[in-house]
Order: sequence, then structure tokens, then C-alpha cells
Amino acid sequence: MAVKIPERKTPMREQPAQERIHNFNEVALGYTEEEAVAEANRCLQCKVPLCVKGCPVNIDIPGFIRYVREKDFEKAAEVIKKYNNLPAICGRVCPQENQCEAQCVVGRMKDHEPVAIGRLERFVADWEAEHIGLKLPKRSPKRSQKVAVIGAGPGGITCAADLAKLGYEVVIFEAFHKPGGVLIYGIPEFRLPKAIVEREMEYVRALGVEVKTDIIVGKTISVREILDEFDAVYIGIGAGAPKFMGIPGTNLIGVFSASEILTRVNLMKAYAFPAYDTPVKKGDNVIVVGAGNVAMDAARTALRLGAKKVTVVYRRSEQEMPARLEEYHHALEEGIEFNWLTQPVRYVGDENGRLTAVECIKMRLGEPDESGRRRPVPVEGSNFVIEADMAIEAIGQGPQKILLQDFPELKLNKWGYIEVDPETCATNVPGVYAGGDIVTGAATVIEAMGAGKIAAKSIHQYLSSKVASKKR
Amino acid sequence: MYRILKRRRLAEGTYDFWIEAPEVAQHTRPGQFLVVRVHERGERIPLTIADAQDDKVRIVVKAVGKTTYELCSRKKGDELADVVGPLGRPSEIDRFGRVLLVGGGVGIAAIYPIARELKRVGNHVTVILGGRTAEQVIMRDEFGFADRVLITTDDGSLGIKGVVTDAMKQVLDSDKIDVAWAIGPTIMMKFCALLARERDLKIWTSLNPIMVDGTGMCGACRVSVDGKIKFACVDGPEFDGRFVDWDELLKRLTIYREEEQKSLQRYLEKVGDMTWL
Repeated sequence: MAVKIPERKTPMREQPAQERIHNFNEVALGYTEEEAVAEANRCLQCKVPLCVKGCPVNIDIPGFIRYVREKDFEKAAEVIKKYNNLPAICGRVCPQENQCEAQCVVGRMKDHEPVAIGRLERFVADWEAEHIGLKLPKRSPKRSQKVAVIGAGPGGITCAADLAKLGYEVVIFEAFHKPGGVLIYGIPEFRLPKAIVEREMEYVRALGVEVKTDIIVGKTISVREILDEFDAVYIGIGAGAPKFMGIPGTNLIGVFSASEILTRVNLMKAYAFPAYDTPVKKGDNVIVVGAGNVAMDAARTALRLGAKKVTVVYRRSEQEMPARLEEYHHALEEGIEFNWLTQPVRYVGDENGRLTAVECIKMRLGEPDESGRRRPVPVEGSNFVIEADMAIEAIGQGPQKILLQDFPELKLNKWGYIEVDPETCATNVPGVYAGGDIVTGAATVIEAMGAGKIAAKSIHQYLSSKVASKKR
Repeated sequence: MYRILKRRRLAEGTYDFWIEAPEVAQHTRPGQFLVVRVHERGERIPLTIADAQDDKVRIVVKAVGKTTYELCSRKKGDELADVVGPLGRPSEIDRFGRVLLVGGGVGIAAIYPIARELKRVGNHVTVILGGRTAEQVIMRDEFGFADRVLITTDDGSLGIKGVVTDAMKQVLDSDKIDVAWAIGPTIMMKFCALLARERDLKIWTSLNPIMVDGTGMCGACRVSVDGKIKFACVDGPEFDGRFVDWDELLKRLTIYREEEQKSLQRYLEKVGDMTWL
């Protein structure tokens, strides 16, 4: 009989819910060395590891876990960094339950949870930062070609880091005053401390990547200037334009996009107002519209800002909710309420133009729609009113158009996103590659990183063949 | 970092800056704005670009809140944390014929590059500059290129005693204007727009709602124009004032009033007397 594997993942310590709703500190506290080793011992070390196939950047998962078992954490970090430039981030925000951990063989055994691959990745990355500090991999000799990366989000950073390792001169152009993209302006401090993003950025800079902030390509410099100066370009500008339902009353005071609240709080540190100059509104009764990860982030942020009650309304049911289960559970623990099958139809305001309530209608699920989920249909006459002084719409983001308008040659799909060959991330313009949300629409950090990796490989091939053809 | 190359006091609490920002300067066209963050803990505020030359951009700032107080107290040689731009769509410049530009307060700085460009392409340019007092009619010696300049002051210390719409009526009664611009305090732009609507005149107004990023990513700056939601940062900042929901904009400008006052008070308590500014 083989060794018995504990059924449950080694639990990770967390800030208690009642404590954490009053601060912006990280919720999950990470593994100790002992906990990490215990968890690593749950890994079967499969000869044909399915988990690796589930990882968008194909980390050698059994490889790094083996070193964790042996307590050689430094080696474990080396293995991860071969595939992933931002492990401390991925360990925290990847939806592992749909990726590596979904494939884990332990997780397929009766009554067993999969190996906590994400937690182990986080542990290794944090351990390395604490004990070793900045450690640079071998870089290829310098090459003369220059690559521009537009957007310092997870995809752009990954692409830039990989190309820098290959010896290319890489410049990242970032519109905000800080690099990180959604990691900085979108994901809250309590899920991903900004110090960690800065630490990972330091690594990328140390690889030789130049990061130019405050540059909006299409405005501060033109796409033409970039194409003229650089030998290849990667576009990873994300999907940052917030959508509104457009129901009556949308411009009342008290109605916000999740992007605004999150940008104020995360990028501008409005939770520390007035020590930081950017303010943010605190609502007493807050309605959050939508049930994706952004909605969870907005709801939990509103709570931490001091809301008495936060209610998420979603037009479908719990089953169709797109948020990660872990985030949903955290939100429930923190006392956030959920109104399923509920759709706002009108914002109600007072004579000063301030929101006082949200009128909603009950929905029921009809036939499946093109997304395969059952389409929500309004139940006539079921309108009801929820009192609210703040409403946050988190119903998705679209492509931000500044760069696209300055680049009319670039082929877009019918949703306005950039069309690429998924195998290579190549666009219709030679030498121009794109990936992440600006190609797929709003998705995940790790998928953007996966695209950045593919693009880096393609750009390397493209530039190598250019050199070869010149020599001929 | 972005160095202040020149700083000049134009009126009480109103300063004229030239800031080193090469990329911004080289791409600026009339009507666009930039976003400034004064220091690491600062907020991002939008300011209209008054001019651009070589490697530098010009902004005119009036101290009204904490950030503008801080900005106005910066000296020549100091550096600003961030200057981002040029943002928004440039003004629609063409050979229209006879054009009218109305500037109120620091809005005078905003109409300056537009008026100059309209003149350069061959328009007959009439300018109305308004302020509460003569001192506040800033930059008036810089409009020598205009075909006609009218000045209004609330206290009658210079030009016509009254508000800019009084002068606007005078011009519209005696002249055939093809298109107009009005830039200044929101309330001023509202009344200019109402008058233009009466007279069936297209009037561009540069809206100044609250913004965070200035690139279309937060939606804080949304305004209603002709019943549709627009983002002032990317769809504007200029809209035909006849179709703007001014009362909604005026209300939305008060969203953070409490916080703004708290922040300014806290600042003034820290730095002491600022009446010299």
C-alpha cells in the first residue's frame, strides 16, 4: 500500500474576516517552510504531469515541488523563474482551480483536494525574495535589435523580460506613472500587495528592460514613431475602458465604474486619504453590479472603505458567477450579500443629483445563449427597490481606443479587439505582435503572461530571420 | 521628472508655467490638455495646455484646491512628478470665416492657442476676455494677433462693466459669427452656451469634469451630451455647448467637495499663510 496522501490541502493562514474588513493588508498570509514541505509531500511527482499542461506558461511544476520537498527552496525558485518572471504575483492571483490544480491527479482521487500548487509557487517566490534577494539569470549576449513593448501589464512585462533575457534591447511604454497595469491599478492591495509588484518590476528592470512611464502611445508619441524606431513591437494595452449598463440615472452622484473606485484606491492610494491627495467616496449602502473578480474586488474594497452594507447584484445565478471561488468565499466571510437573478433597471436620485436607490427587476434563467450559459430573462412586474447611496458597475471592460485609433492599419475583430494568430500572437502588420486582454477581451493575468511568452518567442524568431536574411 | 523652466505670476493666485516635457510638447495641438501629478503622494489633475514650443509646454494655473496651491507654489527649477499628455481630441480648426472666442479667468489661457491657430489659417478672429477685475483678465497683451478684442470685468475696472455674455450679445448683434468657442468656469460656459443656442450658433466648450487617468479608463469624467453619455477625456474635452447637460455637470463637479475642502484646510494649516500667492 502506497503512502496515504492527506485529503485536504495544507491550510494557509489568513487574517480573520472581522479584522481584515477594517484594513487593506493582505488577506492570505502564506505558508511557513514546514507547511510548504508538508504540502509538497502531497505531490505524486507524476511521470507525465498533467498540471504542467494546465499552466498557460508551462512551469515545470513537479520539478519545483521536488526541490521544495528537499527544502532546496533556492533551486525551486530557479526552476519556476525559468518559465515565469512573476511567480509571487501568479501564486497569488492565478485561477489555479481552473488551470494546473484542475489537472492535478491528486485532485482526481476520491475526496481529495489537488496539490496547492499556487500556494507553493507563492511560498517559493516569497522565500527567494526574503532570503536571496534579486538574482539574475544568465542573459544571452547583447543583440542590436530593439523591441518596443506597449503597456506594462503582466503580458507586456513577461514579453519584455523574456526578450531581455535573449539579449534584445527592450523599452516598455506605460501610460500610467507606475508600471504594472492591472496589477497596480486593478487588483487591490489586500489580494496583491503593491510592494510585491514593485519587487517583481525591479527584477524586470535588472534584466535590462527600460520602463518609460507617462507615455500614452497614440498621444505622447505616435504609433508611427514607434514603428520607425523599433524592429518589433508587442502591444499589451489591456482592456481598460469601463462599460456602463447605460440605464437611466447613470450620471447621478454615487454611481461609479469599478475601474474608477479601484484606480483611486489601488493606484492612487485613496484609502490613505488625506495622507495621499486622491479622495474616494465611502458609501453606507453599496450596490455592486456584476459577479466577476472585479466585482468581488470592488465589493470588498467598498467594505474596507467603511460601508455598512455591501450587496452584489447579478443577473444570473450563483452557478454562472464568473468570479473565482476563493474570492467569492472571502467576500461571503466578510459579510457581503448576494442578490442573484437581479438586474438594475434604473438609478433613483434626489434633487441634488445624488443616488438614493437602485430599482431592480428579478430575472429567471431561460434557454442557453451563445456563451453556453442560460440566458437571464426579466420577470415582468417583479421590480423592487434597494436603498443605496453608492452603486458600482463591474460589468466588464472594453478595448481602450487611443492606440487603435492611431493605428488604422491594424486589423481588429468584430468586437474591436486586435486580431492575431493565436499560435504566434502576430497581427496583420509584420513585426507587430499583440496579446492579453486587447486580443481576448478581459481575461486573466496568467493568460496575458502566456501570450507575452508566445509573443516573445515569435519576435525572437522574426528578428533572427531578419538578421539571417540580411546576412545572405 | 519634469522641470519647471519658467514661472510667472499673472494675477493673485494665478501662475504661468513653462514645463520641460519634450514628447508632450512635440505632439500638442490646440485644445488638448495634460495631466499633472505634483509629487509622489499627489493626485492627477487635468490642465489645459496653453502653448507648446520645442521641448516645453505652457500651463496657466489658478490656486483653488490643495493640488493647485502646491503647484502654484513650485518655483523655477523644481520638478513635477508627472506630466502626461497631450490628452483629448484637438480643437476642430478650419477656415470657418468669422469666429468668436470667449475666455473667462484662466479659461483665457485655454482659448489662446485655439484663437491663434484659427487666425493662422485665415479666420477673422474676435476675442472676448473676461475677469472679475482688470488684474484677472490675464494674458490680454498676448492677443495682438486677433482682429478684435473685447474685455469685460465684473467691477468695471477695465473694458465693459459686466460679464462675458454681455459682450457676446454685442458681438452677435452686430456681426455674423460662423462658429464660437467659450472656455472658462463651468457656469460661464453654461450661459455662453444658452445664448449661443438662442442664436443658433455652434459653440465649442471645453469641459472640466473630475478625472483620474484622463485616458478613458475610469469613467469619472462622464458627461451627458445630447442625451448620450460621453467621456470628456477621450470624446472631448470640447463639445458643442448647446447640447451639454450643464446642470448635471455642475452637480457632478461637487462630488468630492467635502474631501477637497478637508484636504485644502489640512494643507493650509501645515504651510501657514498663503495669501501672498
